Amino acid sequence: MALRRVVVTGLGAITPLGSTVADYWEGLRQGVSGADIITRFDASKFKTRFACEVKGYSPDTYFDRKEGRKMDLFTQFAVIASDEAIRDAGLEGNVDKDRVGVIWGSGIGGLRTFQEECIAFAKGDGTPRFNPFFIPKMIADSASGNISIKNGFRGPNFITTSACASSSDSIVAALNYIRAGMADVVVTGGSEAAITEAGIGGFNAIKAMSERNDDPQSASRPYDKDRDGFVLGEGAGALILEAYEHAVARGAKIYAEVLGGGLSSDAYHITAPDPTGEGVVLVMQNALRDAGIGPEAVDYINTHGTSTPLGDGAEVKAIQKVFGDYAYKLNISSTKSMTGHLLGGAGGIEAVASVLAIQHGIIPPTINHVTDDPELDAGLNFTFNKAQTREVNVAVSNTFGFGGHNTSVVFGKLRD
Amino acid sequence: MSEIAEKVKSIIVDKLGVEPSEVTPEASFTNDLGADSLDTVELIMEFEKEFNVSIPDDQAENIGTVGQAISYLEEHAK
Repeated sequence: MALRRVVVTGLGAITPLGSTVADYWEGLRQGVSGADIITRFDASKFKTRFACEVKGYSPDTYFDRKEGRKMDLFTQFAVIASDEAIRDAGLEGNVDKDRVGVIWGSGIGGLRTFQEECIAFAKGDGTPRFNPFFIPKMIADSASGNISIKNGFRGPNFITTSACASSSDSIVAALNYIRAGMADVVVTGGSEAAITEAGIGGFNAIKAMSERNDDPQSASRPYDKDRDGFVLGEGAGALILEAYEHAVARGAKIYAEVLGGGLSSDAYHITAPDPTGEGVVLVMQNALRDAGIGPEAVDYINTHGTSTPLGDGAEVKAIQKVFGDYAYKLNISSTKSMTGHLLGGAGGIEAVASVLAIQHGIIPPTINHVTDDPELDAGLNFTFNKAQTREVNVAVSNTFGFGGHNTSVVFGKLRD
Repeated sequence: MSEIAEKVKSIIVDKLGVEPSEVTPEASFTNDLGADSLDTVELIMEFEKEFNVSIPDDQAENIGTVGQAISYLEEHAK
């Protein structure tokens, strides 16, 4: 049986740059930083006191109080972004809901819920008084569960967890489930909401996060010589993936085709990237092979590029190995310079950015570039500081996660 | 209405997101006020916390309406 073609028919996003796809894209195009002082808790004693929060967020804007109270923030973001994508794709009333799945990604799940319940227990006299919503709010799959319950989607439903590669893995899983005929439509993407005491403190302990507290907006600076770690972000990105024939039959608008996905593992260290970049070479090769295209078909790579000293260099080295001299003709950019790092939500919002780059013919920039890193080839086009115009036929979205998980997704302009 | 009844009512309004006018003594948490099994557990826990009582599971099973909650708590609250 030939594999079915898969296309993107809907997009949704709630991000530090804006709470809709339109606002998110405007922020990316203009090169806006989403970083600022942390407001979700008092971070005055933390090494890092800033993050990329979703601005002006109130659950009451989106949920009635009873409904919102039963969802951790990462699930609220998941429902908000997927609602936008579902509306955008015009799914309501137009599809067989038994054939619609939800495959979501989250690296952590309900961290704030977990933290609050444990603190409440620790403050008591040892008598357990755990809230009945503790477990259903905390578990990472509550995101995909809530999306399906709200919409009545009865197809395949699960979550992928592979740290910062989680929502690229969910997109690849969605692609393959549709290709194989196990669903016609899948709501996919990912979300995270880890800007809590435990999240900031935990990442500070790994020494992975920027401590540029005197200038938060310029802290996420992938490929800059003075980068000092990632900036934590939060939010969600959602995509509706759909069998091509199914989308055509119902007259859906088609943003792009999902040409393929690649997976690999570093098999090296639980947090440090393999400095040789071999796992990252492998993942891009796997993705291109799965997409059935050569390196020279690619116009744009939305990199993992988290702004850590080690990771950025390893990824660039791998790109040069896979693409050879053609690497100089690529546009490369890390939108994490603007959004911060959404961990398990990164693949979702970056897939949305990659699809929009194809749709608009605009490459969003890598902002905050001041000083070239002598370790990185200056001949490469990192799309520093300003968006660039370019027809994008093929875009690759890379994400890599603690544990050594590597995932690349290949999106292409729809061809007949 | 007793002080206890007022407190019970406000807890129910808060947790179940219903209108105060719906919270009549006869109203059933599950049939009339939209509570599911988890909501009911949470309500009992809130009553325990607010009124400083411990409601055993076998007695909690018999608290299904607003009126039943009020009379149980009027009898047992410290």
